[in-house]
Amino acid sequence: MSRLQNILAVIAGLMALLALALPYGQIGDMQAMSWNHWPLILVLLASVAALIVWYRDMPFAAVGVLAALGGVVLMELLPQFDYALGGYWAALVAFWAMAWLFAERLSRAIAKGKVAERPYGILIPLIFGAAILTVWEAITLGANIPKVLLPAPSAIWDVLLANVPILVADFQQTFIKAVLIGYGLGCGVGFAVAIAIDRSPFLKAGLLPLGNFVSALPLIGIAPIMVMWFGFDWPSKAAVVVIMTFFPMLVNTIAGLNGSGEMERDLMRTYAAGYWQTLFKLRLPAAAPFIFNALKINSTLALIGAIVAEFFGTPIVGMGFRISSEIGKLNVDMVWAEIAMAAVAGSVFYWVVVLIERAVTFWHPSVRGGRA
Amino acid sequence: MKKSYGSTIPVLIVLGVIVVLWYGSAVLMNWSRQSDFYQRTDVTGVSFSQQLNDVLNQAKPLLPTPHQVAGELWKTVAQQAVTSKRSLVYHGWITLSATLLGFVFGTALGIGLALFIVYNNAMDRSMMPWIIASQTVPILAIAPMIIVVLNAVGISGLIPKAIISTYLSFFPVVVGMVKGFRSPEAIQMDLLHTYNASPYQTFIKLRWPIALPYLFTSMKVGVAASLVGAIVGELPAGGGSGLGARLLAGSYYGQTVQIWSALFAAAALAGGLIIIVSLAERLTIRHMGARSA
Repeated sequence: MSRLQNILAVIAGLMALLALALPYGQIGDMQAMSWNHWPLILVLLASVAALIVWYRDMPFAAVGVLAALGGVVLMELLPQFDYALGGYWAALVAFWAMAWLFAERLSRAIAKGKVAERPYGILIPLIFGAAILTVWEAITLGANIPKVLLPAPSAIWDVLLANVPILVADFQQTFIKAVLIGYGLGCGVGFAVAIAIDRSPFLKAGLLPLGNFVSALPLIGIAPIMVMWFGFDWPSKAAVVVIMTFFPMLVNTIAGLNGSGEMERDLMRTYAAGYWQTLFKLRLPAAAPFIFNALKINSTLALIGAIVAEFFGTPIVGMGFRISSEIGKLNVDMVWAEIAMAAVAGSVFYWVVVLIERAVTFWHPSVRGGRA
Repeated sequence: MKKSYGSTIPVLIVLGVIVVLWYGSAVLMNWSRQSDFYQRTDVTGVSFSQQLNDVLNQAKPLLPTPHQVAGELWKTVAQQAVTSKRSLVYHGWITLSATLLGFVFGTALGIGLALFIVYNNAMDRSMMPWIIASQTVPILAIAPMIIVVLNAVGISGLIPKAIISTYLSFFPVVVGMVKGFRSPEAIQMDLLHTYNASPYQTFIKLRWPIALPYLFTSMKVGVAASLVGAIVGELPAGGGSGLGARLLAGSYYGQTVQIWSALFAAAALAGGLIIIVSLAERLTIRHMGARSA
C-alpha cells in the first residue's frame, strides 16, 4: 500500500480504538459507551481486526463494506442520544478514513486492470457523495447545530416531502415557463442571427468582438429593467433568460461555422454544392460541438437568470420568490428544499443536453474516446 | 476572394448602429408616456420638436437615452467625492473589493484542488464528477441564504459576498488547471525522468509553466464569474452599498437612469478586470520567453 493509504489505515485504526474507549453520546444523565450498543462495538471491532490483519494489502471490498456498515450504524445511533460525545466523532473520523481508503484501493485496482472500469468506477463518486451526506447529517444532528445555520439532510428531505404541491407550482412557474421558453427563444435567435451574420465578413468582424465582450458581462443586472418592461410574471424572467443565453450561442455558433477545414470546403466546391448544401452537410455538423457547448453553458445560465430575476419582483410563486421570501422568515430548511429541487432540475437539464449531444456528435473524439 | 478587415472599424460602425437603434427605441418606448404626461398636466399645443426633446430627457423613462446614462455616469463618477455614498466609484469599489477577494480565493482553491486531482487518482475519480455537477446547480440561488445566515451569526460585509464569488470562480480554474497540469506530453515527462528529476522539480520546471496559459484563460472566465457573484451577493442587502445594491434600489424607486448607469459601471469593471488579466498573461508569457502570437 502507498504511503497515503498507510496513513489512512493508521488513522482509521487509532480512531476506531478511541471510539471503543470513549463514551459516544449523552442520554439524559448517562454517558453511553460503545459496549452499550452491540452493532457499534461489532463494527468497530471488525474494523480494527480487518485493519490489523490486512495491514499490508487491504482488499477494497472489505474496507468498503465496513465503511458502509459503519455509516449505517452511525446514522442509526443519531436519534438515540441528546448530543454526541468524543467516541462518536472518533468513529465518524474512522469510517471517513475507511471510505477514503476504499476509494484509494478501488481506484488503484481499476488502474491496474484488476477490476472492470464500467460498473465499479461509478462507485467512487457515489461513495464520496454518500460520505459527505453522512458527515453532514452526523455533524448537524450530533452537535445540535441550529437549524437556521445548517439543517440536516433528513430535515430538508422531510420539508421537501411535506411541501410537494408548493414546490411543483414553483417549478412550473420558474422552470417550465421562464427557463424553457427563454432558453428556447434565446438559443434559437442566437443561432439564427449567427447563421445570418455568417455570410457577411464585415458584420462578423464587427459583432464577434462585441459578442465576446458582452458574454463576459454581468448580464444578470438587466433583470430589474426587464421586470419594469415586461411586468412581474414569467415573461420578464424569460426575457432575462433570452438575453443571457443569446450571446454565448451567437459567439459559439459563429466560431463553429468557421470550424470546418479549408480542405473539406474545397471538397464541397468540387461537388458543386451550393451555400445551403454546404451549410447543412458540412458546416453545421462541424459546428455541432461548439453549438452544444453553448447549449450546455446556457442550460445553467438560464436557470440562474430566471431565479435571480425573481429576486426583483414576482407574483407569489416561483423558485426565486420562494427562496427570497422563506429566507426572510428564516425557514432555512424550506430554502434548502428549493435549492435541492433547483439542483436536480439543473443537473437533469444539463444531462439531457449532454445525452442529445452524444447522440448528435457521435463522431467527435471526445465522445468516442471514453473519459474526457 | 478574401477581404481582410481590421476589427476596429467594423466594431465602431456596429457600435454606432447600436447607439442609433437605442435612440430610436428610446423615442418609441417613451413617446406615449410623454403624451400621457401632457394630457394629465393639461399642456396643449406642444410642437413635435418640443415633445421629442422632452421624450429624450424624461426623468424616469422606460428606456433612458445614451446621453442620459452618460450624464448620470459623469455626475456620479466625476462630480462626487469618491467617499460619498452618491459616488459610483464608491459603490464600484465595494463591489470590486469583494470580487477581487473572492477571485483570489477561488483561483487559489481551484489550483489547489487541481493539484490534488492531478496527483491523486482516487481524488480525481471521487471529486471531479461532483465538481462538474456542482456547476450545473444554479448556485446563485443560495446567495441570499449565505448572506442572511452569515449575517445572523454576525459575519457581514465583504466576506459573504467573497464566498459567493469564490464558489463561482473556482470552477473554471479547476477544470482549466487539471487540463493544464496534464498537458505535458509523455516524451517530456520521460526526459525529466532521465534527468532523475524529483516530483517537485518536475512540477516547477514542466507542469507549472506548461499549465500557465490554461491558468490565464480560466482566470478570464473566473474573474467575470466572480463579479457576477459579488453583484448578486449585494442584492439581499437592500439599501446597502455596491453596484448590486444600486441596481436593487433603482428598481425599487423606478430610477431607470440609475439602473443603467450601474449596469454600465459593472460592464466597465468586467471589461477592465479582463483586460488586466490579459495584460498579466501577455507579460508572463513574454517573461517566460515565448514568442508573442
